Amino acid sequence: MYKLLLCWRYLRTRWIALASVVSVTLGVATMIVVNAVMAGFSYEMQTRIHGILSDLVFESHSLSGFQDPQWHMDEIRRAAGDDIAGMTSTVAVPAMLNFQVRGQWVTRQIMFIGIDEATHAQVSDFGRYLQHPANRTQLSFDLRDGGYDTVDSQQTESTLPTRPALEGAGWPHRRMRVERERLWREKLEADRRAGEAAAAPTRSVDKQVDAVLAATAADGPADTGPAAADAAATSAPKPADPFRQARPEEGTRMDPAREQFTGIVPGIGLASFRDASGIDRFLVLPGDDVKVTFPTAGTPPKAVSDTFTVVDFYESKMSEYDSNFVFVPIAALQRMRGMIDPQSGLASVNSIQIKLREGADLDRVRDTLRKVFPADMYAVATWRDKQGPLLAAVDMEMSVLNILLFLIIAVAGFGILAIFFMIVVEKTRDIGILKSLGAGASGIAGIFLGYGLFLGLVGAGAGLALGLGIAWNINGIRVGVEWFTGQRVFDPSIYYFYKIPSIVHPLTVAWIIVGAVGIAVASSVLPALRAARLHPVEALRHE
Amino acid sequence: MSDALPGLLRVRNLRKSYRSGDGRLEVLRGVDFDLARGEFVSVVGQSGSGKSTLLHLMGLLDGADSGEIALDGVRVDGLSTARRDRLRNTCVGMVFQSYHLLPELDAIENVLAPLMVRHGVLEWLRVGGSARTRARLLLDRFGLGGRLHHKPRQLSGGEMQRVAIARALVTQPRVLLADEPTGNLDEATGADILDTLCELNRADGLSIVLVTHDAAVARRADRIVRLAAGRVEEACHVASRMAG
Repeated sequence: MYKLLLCWRYLRTRWIALASVVSVTLGVATMIVVNAVMAGFSYEMQTRIHGILSDLVFESHSLSGFQDPQWHMDEIRRAAGDDIAGMTSTVAVPAMLNFQVRGQWVTRQIMFIGIDEATHAQVSDFGRYLQHPANRTQLSFDLRDGGYDTVDSQQTESTLPTRPALEGAGWPHRRMRVERERLWREKLEADRRAGEAAAAPTRSVDKQVDAVLAATAADGPADTGPAAADAAATSAPKPADPFRQARPEEGTRMDPAREQFTGIVPGIGLASFRDASGIDRFLVLPGDDVKVTFPTAGTPPKAVSDTFTVVDFYESKMSEYDSNFVFVPIAALQRMRGMIDPQSGLASVNSIQIKLREGADLDRVRDTLRKVFPADMYAVATWRDKQGPLLAAVDMEMSVLNILLFLIIAVAGFGILAIFFMIVVEKTRDIGILKSLGAGASGIAGIFLGYGLFLGLVGAGAGLALGLGIAWNINGIRVGVEWFTGQRVFDPSIYYFYKIPSIVHPLTVAWIIVGAVGIAVASSVLPALRAARLHPVEALRHE
Repeated sequence: MSDALPGLLRVRNLRKSYRSGDGRLEVLRGVDFDLARGEFVSVVGQSGSGKSTLLHLMGLLDGADSGEIALDGVRVDGLSTARRDRLRNTCVGMVFQSYHLLPELDAIENVLAPLMVRHGVLEWLRVGGSARTRARLLLDRFGLGGRLHHKPRQLSGGEMQRVAIARALVTQPRVLLADEPTGNLDEATGADILDTLCELNRADGLSIVLVTHDAAVARRADRIVRLAAGRVEEACHVASRMAG
């Protein structure tokens, strides 16, 4: 009983010991905050990495892919059917994206991915990242009639429109662009006519030439607008041609104000940049036409180009994906690359994306599939495998940080050790008194161990409160610090998050608390032993 | 031999030396001492004569080099530390020159300290109430009823010593060992404390060993034992006290 009472009294009267506990508090708080933020970053990154990748990717080594994806899917289902929630086939090829900005052609290296718009949403979160609300429910490669989000839909805190340019995107933008190009051409024509009329008297031959020129000018030079290139085709009907049938628009004069090319969805990083004020500036908008150059399926592959209409953007917030991937309907890509067998009509794909059921063991299913399908023809990888080094780096960073921070608490432990030795010396006479009253060595040691435990609990408790307070309000604190120092602590344009993510794992917190209290107790062991070993007579004489 | 005598405390040929520098300092060189039940004995001697050491050995605070100590006819030298701690808690009450109260505890808590040492937390829940009552009665008896919750630094020397006596008595020990209990007090207060001890001896039949260097203080006892150079020099009865 006296141990408890004395621990309590010492706790209340020895403020110096509480000073040593401040470092435990700070250590615990720092560890909780750092772990929460790191876990938040790691979680955000994993969702991002996983976001547009499916759980498992089954792919062929060759760009030409393998025939009959349905047969492969059946085989996969036979091998690991219980764990599979959905599958879709894709075609991915390296390609070049070309678009025109203020008269200059910009070229970007991309991964061109053909997806099945009906089933792709079943295997990945891709749909969630689109900019048009209707596309988020069901992706369509048809251009939408406006209504794109001007506010980042994944951002929950602020509702500031950071993408004002998307306001008129879609058909309105396309019609306006076509109209502008027409007016521009008319103006050029009018200027030219006016100039000629002033320069020379009109002759009948000139009139004939003008008429011809006017006819071609209406179609426009090839580079004034991508649409014009195809519109330049003659209006005369053509003989039936199986390859021509692939482009129903071809052969008829296309009205770009009412028709579109095959729709594509590029990553937002390919066509936009964020300026200093946090506003996204777009180089290309939904409704604009772009050209993509990609290899055909033959050997050796030949580069072919075609014109596409941007119908939406996706933003997974994983910059590697957002500035690399462009999505296109799989059927169109298979047709353009010549991946459809003319005899059987079977199309080839080069990968199958597999989504597993909740709770299925990713690695086990991967290993099962690796056994069934020969490794020299097919590669099976989980989404983690695809980003293995990155995830490993984050894990490593986290463990190193934890070790470093735990050392801080260990240092606090030495502080407790030193202060406890002081207290034992100061309390030598009291220890003698207690021994004269019949207290045993274990009882005396118990006082100091208990004192260490109390201090550890107090320190860790305060650290817990402080740490959780910071972890849960980190964004409010960030705003406060930014206001106070005038410095930008966290720049959303670098991280592509709008707020600092923070996830508190109760288990991690429990370990931190146990560790901190353990260190406090461990560092009171030596002083406690010293106190227990004091000779009662000598202790009583101590002044 | 030992059971022939009815003594409460019996010390035979007790030797104790301390290491000092290169050699050993012999403090007790074969001390014989007896205390009968209900007796009040003074131990006197010059500084360094070994009287405090004798008291510490009898109080089981330290172990002797050789010789025997028997309490109620039972040998207590050579017991394990844990047994000695237990005996010290239950059978011996000690009072010191500089009071030796715990500064963090108030008067009543100081009195209760030996009982708290004896009982664990769960036991304390059961016995704490009666112990508290007993401690309050003792303090009342020593005129400290109004100062139960004062810390030692708020009490005078005499009050502190009375708290210390109450603490020594709360366990109902068989013997009270007092080491210069009046040494730090002025004459009047010291006399008060001595009156208290005499009263306890007479009224409650408490056996007391009082160590002092002051002849006047020593004379209040039934018997005086004089120590010199680690041996008992002489023992004499104080006749006058019987009349008082």
